[in-house]
Amino acid sequence: MSVLTKPLDTPPAGAAASSKRGKRPKRKLGSHVFLAFLVLYFVMPLWFLIVSSTKNGSGLFSSPNGALWFGDGFHLFDNLSTLFTYNDGIYLRWLRNSLLYALGGGIGATVLAVLAGYAFAKFDFPGRRLAFSLLLGAVMVPMTALVIPTFIMLSGVGMTNTIWAVILPSMLSPFGVYLMRVYAADAVPDELLDAARMDGAGEFRLFFQVALPLMRPAVVTVLLLSVVGTWNNYFLPLAVLSDSRLFPVTVGINLWQGLAGANNGGGVSLYTLIIVGSLVSIVPLIAAFLGLQRYWQGGLSLGSLK
Amino acid sequence: MATLHTAPRPDAPTAGPPAGQRRRKQGRGRSQGLIGWAFLAPFAVVFLVFLIAPLLYAFYLSLYTKGLATGERFAGLENYSRAFSDPSFLNGVWFVVRFSFIVIPAQMIVALAAALVLDSVTSRFSRFARLMIFIPYAIPAVIGAVIWGFLYSPSFGPLEQLFGDDAPFLLSPDNLFYGFTNVVTWQWAGYFMIILYAALQGIDPSVYEAAKIDGAGSWQIATRIKIPMISSALILVLVFSLIGTLQFFAEPQVLTPISNGAIGTDITPNVYAFNLAFRFAQFNYASAISFALGIVVFIGVYIFLFATRKRGGFLQ
Repeated sequence: MSVLTKPLDTPPAGAAASSKRGKRPKRKLGSHVFLAFLVLYFVMPLWFLIVSSTKNGSGLFSSPNGALWFGDGFHLFDNLSTLFTYNDGIYLRWLRNSLLYALGGGIGATVLAVLAGYAFAKFDFPGRRLAFSLLLGAVMVPMTALVIPTFIMLSGVGMTNTIWAVILPSMLSPFGVYLMRVYAADAVPDELLDAARMDGAGEFRLFFQVALPLMRPAVVTVLLLSVVGTWNNYFLPLAVLSDSRLFPVTVGINLWQGLAGANNGGGVSLYTLIIVGSLVSIVPLIAAFLGLQRYWQGGLSLGSLK
Repeated sequence: MATLHTAPRPDAPTAGPPAGQRRRKQGRGRSQGLIGWAFLAPFAVVFLVFLIAPLLYAFYLSLYTKGLATGERFAGLENYSRAFSDPSFLNGVWFVVRFSFIVIPAQMIVALAAALVLDSVTSRFSRFARLMIFIPYAIPAVIGAVIWGFLYSPSFGPLEQLFGDDAPFLLSPDNLFYGFTNVVTWQWAGYFMIILYAALQGIDPSVYEAAKIDGAGSWQIATRIKIPMISSALILVLVFSLIGTLQFFAEPQVLTPISNGAIGTDITPNVYAFNLAFRFAQFNYASAISFALGIVVFIGVYIFLFATRKRGGFLQ
């Protein structure tokens, strides 16, 4: 629990104490070399993506300076304008869909998780034990095993190929409920709730004005996890959507990948579009993670099963 | 989750309510119950509709077969006996099991080594490194697989320039395992590193001081103190990694077109179920495979958590 609230960027007391006594610089050098290797490995694919997005179709295949360095000419802006206009701007539509699904599914999942977690933590209702065991069991059910049955069910009621076929199933987050329950149990004191009840506060006002503000760090964590989970989801939208205008960007890029192999670009280098499209699609989440470091660095340690 | 249970939880469901609460409950038991359910209801509805119903429906469908001439008929457990004698399904299961044995240790070693080093040095560069190692988590698995597909590709990638004509093709039948291991490790090790790093940061540093006085070196501190103290976080990471690997889908699906046939339509159970349903319209059989996979993963993870419950804490 402490990790949720503790900012990780303050160095631990032990590190400060040992550096005061003077660590051997040799060991630190070794550690930094190791870290530098790791950074190179983890960043190299992104570097490749950035470099490649400045190349045109033929530059991708034969670049004088190799695949990991800039080629002749700088075609990033040409590539971007092709990306946004190709096929009547379908790429922008995919990005908008991804955003809609991620926010719709993510916010929905968070609201449900906060309410349910609060109920599990603070109310003693009939069937609570059984419901909570069911919830713990559900955490262990692999979500992809539900995709095909969900598709068949949704097609039975004519809901496949609609935005709801992606958003509604994405609202299911048993692990989010579990996190909220554990967090609310400690963060919202019973005494405080009882005192407010004595003063005549209604249960719903109590939730919004007393409990919710205390649960904020966990709310941000669950929101982030479920938005990322839905944004990155691939299997569900691939199964339930067939109209390419409804695709999120993950399914869309993969559609291009399939077409590029079959040379169906219609004169446009689809490989260039895939590269630039991939780069543009990862910018929002990376920016969000860099900007919201304060929130996720502790919170993410609570994890996700998605 | 890992760090949550290191301290005894006062709110454990087995513990009796304190006296005050008990008195309160007698007075307002009914309304408390109603309000509790009111808060739970929205989630309960989604839970029933999108978890319980698909599971039951999948089980129901899996008990039927559909022939072109015969129509739908009750088949009992026929689909399951077919699955467990279907080489495509069995090979897929065997593939993910073998793959787990390679990719899970790979991810955990990289994540643990990175977390231990990051925990022991505090510098501007180490903070930067922590972020960079984590970044692939923010990249969808599909996009990650697309990028690595380019990097592996003989016509685009840097391998050809490094090794010339002897460049290994990491998606050939012999190298497929390494190709996948690399993609998955790259994608997830940073996320696991963050979980382990947070657990390491939660250890009281005075423990290290005591060990140093007793003459322990940093290697001994790492292996004898740090790793045992974060064992619950390690188990958590192992479970995440196990659940993820058994469901392996996006990467093989995305890399199929460029693998020159090394990746078949039945490489993992999920890919097989997807192809059965959407290529061959065998929804009943696909449901049986989905359901079987779900049950196998559920039982596997449950047994694992039960066996490690003293250290883990999820099932406490």
